[in-house]
Amino acid sequence: MIFLSAKDKNTVKAFWAKVAGKEEQIGCDAVSRMLTVYPQTKIYFSHWKDLSPGSAPVKKHGATVMAAVTDAVSKIDDLTGALLSLSELHAFTLRVDPANFKVLSHNLLVVLSTMFPDDFTPEVHVAVDKVLAAVALALSEKYR
Amino acid sequence: MVEWSETERSIITNIFSNLDYNDIGPKALVRCLIVYPWTQRYFASFGNLYNAEAISNNPQVAAHGIRVLHGLDRALKNMDNIKATYAELSVLHSEKLHVDPDNFKLLSDCLTIVVAGKMGSAFTPEIQATFQKFLAVVVSALGRQYH
Repeated sequence: MIFLSAKDKNTVKAFWAKVAGKEEQIGCDAVSRMLTVYPQTKIYFSHWKDLSPGSAPVKKHGATVMAAVTDAVSKIDDLTGALLSLSELHAFTLRVDPANFKVLSHNLLVVLSTMFPDDFTPEVHVAVDKVLAAVALALSEKYR
Repeated sequence: MVEWSETERSIITNIFSNLDYNDIGPKALVRCLIVYPWTQRYFASFGNLYNAEAISNNPQVAAHGIRVLHGLDRALKNMDNIKATYAELSVLHSEKLHVDPDNFKLLSDCLTIVVAGKMGSAFTPEIQATFQKFLAVVVSALGRQYH
């Protein structure tokens, strides 16, 4: 369990309001970076025709992932419930090694830093990092 | 031995030649102390680290951030033998400073994020990969002399 204080939740919600409208771009950039900087993550996408940064499947997947994260932020008081079916998907079907959740989180933070240099302060950074860690944990719950 | 392509060498050289050490050094260390508060354990003598604002305005933190960033200059000048270059610093961090080597990665992640914030979209995925490779080699070298 990651303890999210009221301050953490409010900080992330406020920052996410600034992020609104750019989710697709953020998701696409984060996945692109993940595949480039951590090539071992490509193994999960061997069925894609094109794994280059900004390609069609990367863009689509980035949008999917970011939409799920945004949804989780809106349901931040019950991440386990909000991510139940996604956890089952990742555990039983996709079988993504949970270590990779940290990798994607890191790349999301890098993207947020490049796109919102003035808003992504250390205080916002720590709150977002905690929430992403909580999301990752909720996503891992059905694994074993 | 770690191999560096010409492209990678020039990416690293460019990043550091355009870096304002006095700005980025403090920012990276401040961010590390705030995002990973347990790292404050090594800076008990630095005075007021009670909250984010105090850390951000602490002159000793700033000075130390600059020093640490300049520590990367050694790797920059000896990219083909980073391991040997950091042997002495590795012993220092292990024997004298007693820094948990996991912390090197935490600081390097914060530095990546600060540099990303500075460079914006110019910090492309390829450049990020090269920068992280460089930092990973330094981190590994710094952890080598621990026993």
